[in-house]
Amino acid sequence: MGNILNQIGIENYIFLSVVLFCIGIFGVLYRRNAIIVFMSIEIMLNAVNLLFVAFSTYHQDAQGQVFVFFSMAVAAAEVAVGLAILVSIFRNIGSISIDNLKNLKG
Amino acid sequence: MNVSTILIILLIGAFATYFSGDKLASKVALLFSLVALGCSIVLLNNYSTGENISVINSWITQPKISFALNADGLGLAMVLLTAALTPIIIFSSFGNEYKNAKAFYGLILFMSFAMTGTFLASDGLLYYIFWELALIPIYFIALIWGNGDAEERRKAVVKFFIYTLAGSLFMLTAFIYLYQKAGSFLIEDLYKLDLSACEQLWIFLAFFLAYAIKIPIIPFHTWQANVYQKAPTVGTMLLSGIMLKMGLYSVIRWQLPIAPLAAKEYMDIFIVLGIAGVIYGSIVALRQKDLKKLLAYSSLAHVGLIAAGSYTLTLDGLRGAVMQMIAHGFVVVGLFFAAEVIFRRFETREIEAMGGIRTQSPKFTSMFLILVLASVALPSTFNFVGEFTVLYSLSQVNIWFAILGGTTIILGAYYMLRMFQHVMLGETNSKTFADVTLNEGISFAVIIAVLLFFGFYPKPITDLITPSLETILQVINKN
Amino acid sequence: MDTNLALILVLTPLLGFLVNVFFGKSLGKTVSGAIGTVAVAISFVVSLLLFNQITSTGKGIEVTLFDWIQISNLKINLGFLLDQLSVLWLLFVTGIGSLIHLYSISYMHDDENMHKFFAYLNLFVFFMITLVIGSNLLVLFIGWEGVGLCSYLLIGFWHKNQDYNDAAKKAFIMNRIGDLGLLIGMFIIGTMFSTLDYATLKTVIAGATNLNLPLLSLAALCLFIGACGKSAQIPLYTWLPDAMAGPTPVSALIHAATMVTAGIFMVTRLNFVFDLATDVQTVIAVIGAITSLVAATIGLVQNDIKKVLAYSTVSQLGLMFLALGFGAYEVAVFHVITHAFFKACLFLGSGSVIHGLHGEQDMRNMGGLRKAMPITFWTMLISSLAISGVPFFSGFFSKDEILLTAFHHSIPLYVVGSVASIMTAFYMFRLMFLTFFKEFRGTEEQKHHLHESGALITIPLIILAILATFGGLISLPGNSWLNEYLAPLFAKATEGEHHLGTTEYTLMGVAVLGGLLGILIAYIKYFKQDNVPEADENITGLSKVLYNKYYVDEVYDAVFVAPVNSLSKFFRDYIETGLSALVFGLGKIANEIAFQGKKLQTGSIGLYLFVFVLGLCAIVSYIFLAQ
Repeated sequence: MGNILNQIGIENYIFLSVVLFCIGIFGVLYRRNAIIVFMSIEIMLNAVNLLFVAFSTYHQDAQGQVFVFFSMAVAAAEVAVGLAILVSIFRNIGSISIDNLKNLKG
Repeated sequence: MNVSTILIILLIGAFATYFSGDKLASKVALLFSLVALGCSIVLLNNYSTGENISVINSWITQPKISFALNADGLGLAMVLLTAALTPIIIFSSFGNEYKNAKAFYGLILFMSFAMTGTFLASDGLLYYIFWELALIPIYFIALIWGNGDAEERRKAVVKFFIYTLAGSLFMLTAFIYLYQKAGSFLIEDLYKLDLSACEQLWIFLAFFLAYAIKIPIIPFHTWQANVYQKAPTVGTMLLSGIMLKMGLYSVIRWQLPIAPLAAKEYMDIFIVLGIAGVIYGSIVALRQKDLKKLLAYSSLAHVGLIAAGSYTLTLDGLRGAVMQMIAHGFVVVGLFFAAEVIFRRFETREIEAMGGIRTQSPKFTSMFLILVLASVALPSTFNFVGEFTVLYSLSQVNIWFAILGGTTIILGAYYMLRMFQHVMLGETNSKTFADVTLNEGISFAVIIAVLLFFGFYPKPITDLITPSLETILQVINKN
Repeated sequence: MDTNLALILVLTPLLGFLVNVFFGKSLGKTVSGAIGTVAVAISFVVSLLLFNQITSTGKGIEVTLFDWIQISNLKINLGFLLDQLSVLWLLFVTGIGSLIHLYSISYMHDDENMHKFFAYLNLFVFFMITLVIGSNLLVLFIGWEGVGLCSYLLIGFWHKNQDYNDAAKKAFIMNRIGDLGLLIGMFIIGTMFSTLDYATLKTVIAGATNLNLPLLSLAALCLFIGACGKSAQIPLYTWLPDAMAGPTPVSALIHAATMVTAGIFMVTRLNFVFDLATDVQTVIAVIGAITSLVAATIGLVQNDIKKVLAYSTVSQLGLMFLALGFGAYEVAVFHVITHAFFKACLFLGSGSVIHGLHGEQDMRNMGGLRKAMPITFWTMLISSLAISGVPFFSGFFSKDEILLTAFHHSIPLYVVGSVASIMTAFYMFRLMFLTFFKEFRGTEEQKHHLHESGALITIPLIILAILATFGGLISLPGNSWLNEYLAPLFAKATEGEHHLGTTEYTLMGVAVLGGLLGILIAYIKYFKQDNVPEADENITGLSKVLYNKYYVDEVYDAVFVAPVNSLSKFFRDYIETGLSALVFGLGKIANEIAFQGKKLQTGSIGLYLFVFVLGLCAIVSYIFLAQ
């Protein structure tokens, strides 16, 4: 089995990953809906995962893929908790716009 | 049998007291404190026959911390002071009713445990843990069972807590730095360190902050008078009788030998601070309206002299300081107890509201007068032996130190006799003053007996502490 | 044997004290008084035994009990030294002490706290004996402070009166100023010679070459300050007149015969130190002379019978220091002894008068007591003659020797001393005429109750009067037993008996004439012209200044006491609050920072995220740019 990287260069993965990450960042910064912010964070996470996997192959080292599994598992748990919090917030204040969430004001 | 026994007894005592219920608590506490006293006397006996009563066990390997308790003459003297004063303090509280007594007496024993640990610990971190541990019980004792306006009291006690804690953190920093250098917290290893003069100065100052606040040396004394006034008398006795001595003891045990160069270099400054405390404390004491506050300032004056004696770095200075610590421990406990005895009858601590007690209770007057006289270091009391030795050592450094420090015998007599006159003498008070009870009398008699006995025959104590002080001096003078 | 004897000597009064403290009340007044008296009498008997032993062997007895205080370079024993000087002092301390105890049984009989009075007196005798027989300076210091304590207790014996308590406190504190001097003196001596023991000190000093004389002089000066406090010399004398607040036997025992002579004892004891400090000796002589004159002038116009005697005591003590200053220790000791006799007698006599008049002390309200109280009158008259230096009474010999010594060393000081002596004669007879002659000026009721005191009061008076008459025999000019007795004590040979030549006889004559002159003036003024001193508000001019004791108390108040008190107020109100505010200030600063910092927390999640991203960019770009 030939290395896929010979066909599609590593730099493409990096570009894709950066683009995805920036999309995630912009999503986090511009959108006010908490669910969308959440999804944006997931995109950022996955951008990094992609990079991990790419470099894992590049270096011929399985460790990177192991990390991805870890981070996916953690992300899954995080999503579960995060969504639960959002549901609970929505039940309490009837909105999930982050502009309305000012309880952290000092 | 080694010194950890006494710690175990006190710790078990603290819990046993707590679980014995409110009614029995005071008696159980007294019992355990007496057992601890007996144990410390046995230990003293073992020590004098040459038996090894020290303990050293590895506790945490990384970082290397040992459970090391070293009992030499100095440590034992302080342990004995604690062990002797604790039963007296507990016994003196027998005339009072306390809410939640089981916690109250449990905390007293716990504090005694922590202070004993401080005097024995020979591992820096263990020592630090005991040192801080002793702060917790007194915080609660003063806060919960104190007197006066609750809000004011909270303010004073919290200030005391944070202030002393803040000072101690500098000490912790110093210990961590020393650990980096020595790779161990054991006191022998710290003694062996070869630090540069600059390092020593910083270490010295860090220790000084912790101790100056605890002792207290002016200008770090502002917590003292208020806490003494607000705390219940038992707390005040624990604070002034034993806890202050933790600071003074630590100066001799930790600060001077670890940073001897700095100590020698800046000796004069610290002696002057101590003597300034003597004069300042005495003068402020003159115009106090509250009996406990007056005694607090008198305490400030006395510990100033003790600190000055320690910083002379002479055998006489150290020896006098230790003797004066013990003498002051007893006398100040006695004086605060006298204030408490008056409070039980008159419900006031205002000096102006007292007077004329002498006609009503000659017994109490005599005992109070003896304590007052001991406090002003009348010859034939133990305080005189200590004060004379300290002043003598000051005169060896500079005769002016002795003269200025010696003003304590004039000013001390002035404020104490003035207080005595307004509290005890004059026309018979309109309020009745019931004569001292048997329990109260016993507490006074024990204290007075100790003071008079060692006043004429201080040799046992001198013999006990001198070898270990000589060892410490050797460390100080090693270069 | 000697140890036992010494212990009996010291401990009997202590035992008396303890018995009276613990059981005095239940024993009843007479028994407790008897116990107190017997305790001191036993000590007196022991003193006699010791005296006998010393005169026969001529050697002092040293008793060491145990090590007391250890200091690196000096070791201090609790030990006693019974030699010529201490035994001499013991004799009159315990002797006069016993008499005064006896007297007090009757004098204090109406007081409810009589057992306490005897307890304190016994305690005083205990401490006084310790002071006298201590073998080193620190044991002396136990006694020194101890007698100060007893003085405090006894001056404030009637403790319901805060004025008396003030006087007691003042005495204690002024003594403590002196004590500090004594302590410092001890420190210097300890540092120089590594001992505080008299005997060792004497040998060391005698054998020492190239002594640090200035330092030694400083030590001597400090010691003298101590003596000033205890023996009421300028500037520390003002406590003694106030100390008359105590019961009269106390004034007689403590504030005339024994305790106040402790300073003289100490200087005599350390004569080998003072001999080397000639400058200090001059200071002592000058201060002694000035004190004697100042006190005598104040004594001229006092109207309180005890105050007159108090100032007279200060004045006589001044004369003793005058002699000490010239190194004439045996002369000073001689005057101490004769003074103890006649002054104790005078005080006890005045006590008898006060007792007879139920507490009246103002001489303006006395008069004509001669008939009612003959024994008191005659004994007091004898003592007054003695103190005035009328020939062949004891005071004549001792005072004359002092003036003679002064004349040989310094004419101005001799003049000062002589003037003081003339004044002494005047005010003593002013006292006598005002008290015992003419008509009684008190109330009718007092007159009705006038009576001679009982035997317990008159017997001590008579004994003391006899001693005051013949006490001078122990040191007759030209043939002095006392000088020979004390000779082993002094480092350098004493100047010996003054050769009795024309000068000496002339001086003696001058002194006698001076004394008689004083008496004559008093006679004219208060007997012939029948003057009675003015009421307080009518006193004007110089007399007013004198009557108010040169306003020294007021000056001390303004210069020392008031500033300390206002300093105390200042410290309490400003410095303490200031320091406290400083500590709280640190806490407040932290609080303030937190308060400002919390404004950053807007609570807007969008903003947080934005800053978060910015921070991320900043970190990333830092990592890349830094490379």
